[in-house]
Amino acid sequence: MTALQEVQTREVPATPPGAWREALHFAVRNAKLVIGLGIVLALLALGLLGPLLAGAPPNEYVGPPMQSPSGEYWFGTTTFGQDVFVQFVYGLRTTFLVGVLGGGIAAVVGMVVGFVAGYRGGLVDEVLNMLTNVILVLPALAVLLIVNAYLGIRSVGAQAVFIGLTSWPWAARAIRAQTFSLRSRDFVDLARLSGATTRKIIVREIAPNMSSYLFMTFILLFGGSILIASSLDFIGLGPTEGVSLGLMLQNASQWSAMQLGLWWWFVPPGAGITAVVGALYVANVGLDEVFNPKLRET
Amino acid sequence: MMLKLDNVTKVYRTGAFGGGSTTAVGGVSFEVGPGEVVSLIGESGSGKSTLGRMILGLTPVTSGSITWNGTAVRPAKSYYREVQGVFQDPFSTFNPVFKADRVFRMIKEVYFPEVPPAEWAERVRASLADVRLNPAQILGKFPHQLSGGQLQRLLIARALLLDIKLLVADEITSMLDASTRIDVLNLLAELKGRGLGVLYITHDLSLGTYLAERTIVLRRGTVAEMGPTETVFTGPKHPYTRELLAAVPRLREPWQEAEPIESCLYHDKAGTGGLLEVEPGHYVACARLAGCAG
Repeated sequence: MTALQEVQTREVPATPPGAWREALHFAVRNAKLVIGLGIVLALLALGLLGPLLAGAPPNEYVGPPMQSPSGEYWFGTTTFGQDVFVQFVYGLRTTFLVGVLGGGIAAVVGMVVGFVAGYRGGLVDEVLNMLTNVILVLPALAVLLIVNAYLGIRSVGAQAVFIGLTSWPWAARAIRAQTFSLRSRDFVDLARLSGATTRKIIVREIAPNMSSYLFMTFILLFGGSILIASSLDFIGLGPTEGVSLGLMLQNASQWSAMQLGLWWWFVPPGAGITAVVGALYVANVGLDEVFNPKLRET
Repeated sequence: MMLKLDNVTKVYRTGAFGGGSTTAVGGVSFEVGPGEVVSLIGESGSGKSTLGRMILGLTPVTSGSITWNGTAVRPAKSYYREVQGVFQDPFSTFNPVFKADRVFRMIKEVYFPEVPPAEWAERVRASLADVRLNPAQILGKFPHQLSGGQLQRLLIARALLLDIKLLVADEITSMLDASTRIDVLNLLAELKGRGLGVLYITHDLSLGTYLAERTIVLRRGTVAEMGPTETVFTGPKHPYTRELLAAVPRLREPWQEAEPIESCLYHDKAGTGGLLEVEPGHYVACARLAGCAG
């Protein structure tokens, strides 16, 4: 070792900060991430706690119809005298459930397919790629109509599972491409020389190298699931029981809230969907800056 | 006999539908004895790294066989206990998101789960001392905080934790600066003294001669010349080896074209492109010159 190297190595601090602590350091200083996550968490808290405070179930006819927002009915009432605020907080809960479940299923399926196809390559990759492309071009709406007609399952959970099982292909393709570039790195070979199994190499060598990417995949799938669910609800393919933000919009539209001037019926659910998805995307940009040293603002 | 390659061939499928094919290694046979240092010399694209990867079981062999003590090589725990590799780029060999000493922990998890932590720490320290690294400077650091020479020695220390008999060193010094390079080569020489066999893969003729007892010159996936290092370097018989040697720069001497060989010296005797033993242990391939029957 040369004298110069010795000097250089001596100056390195004895205990460097861990990768997670370093990320946290930048995370709390990133305005986009803090604001985005703040909004999401506030709405999540409202969705979780709101129903506990609400006296009646969301579809109960509790008051006089068509009341504008007041101290008693914060978001007013519908044509039938349902409390819009109560519907809103229950709807938020459903919306988050669909996001977590649908986004979660899609993320897990996408990661498994992407990692295996990208790492294994060859015939396995061909088969998985074909499956991915088939699902990718599948008209999800038409399939949902058929599923609805034949099975008649229309609960929130079933909707989330359906969304999860149809929205993973792009995630699988993105993760497959990333894995392809990582698997030829020497550290994967070193892990193989250390006797590591394929599963261990994927979980402990390749995945940690794209952890920010995987996290973002989940956020985007989460937001995407909420949007898809809202669209399905709005066109009448949503769950038949319960309430969601999309169902509220559909009811408002069906009962001519716009023409009757009942703006408090459709503005809260619309704003709620926009706020959750928008805030998630803002947080996503912030996360990118936290994990990618090249984007970090000093 | 330890490592034996017999007519090893690697063909890569190329083209959109796998219609084309590229022969990276075409029928290479050689042996590496116990504790022997052999250097495998070739230019870029000669197939030397592919050979190294096939010996390490990282790339499957298309045809031919590679055996270790008589059994066919395959990527298994028992094989990696005795044969290990170190690669060209130290910064790519370490996973950048983890600390560098994680490579030791990976060995412990798979091979020595029963060793108590205190004893393992002692073994790691001893192994680091063998490669002349100061544990205080190495442990707990991320790869980017260490130098290339330190990382390469760390990988050799990792291999020494196992019952290693053969080290496949693929261009391990080509990314290091001159002084560190000599440090690593001296370290290999020292390990050779302790009975470690090394397959030293390089494109650099001068580094090959430094260590090796035997030299194998690889050209376009086949062996051009192979023999004791002294013999190959002082009396090269294949035109390609002559060209390589003529291309080594010398101080205050103008470049010289290699002395051409006018007629095919070996083809008649060697038969179909095989290797001819021109003197004991010194093999030369048919040069396939103009007018040569093969």
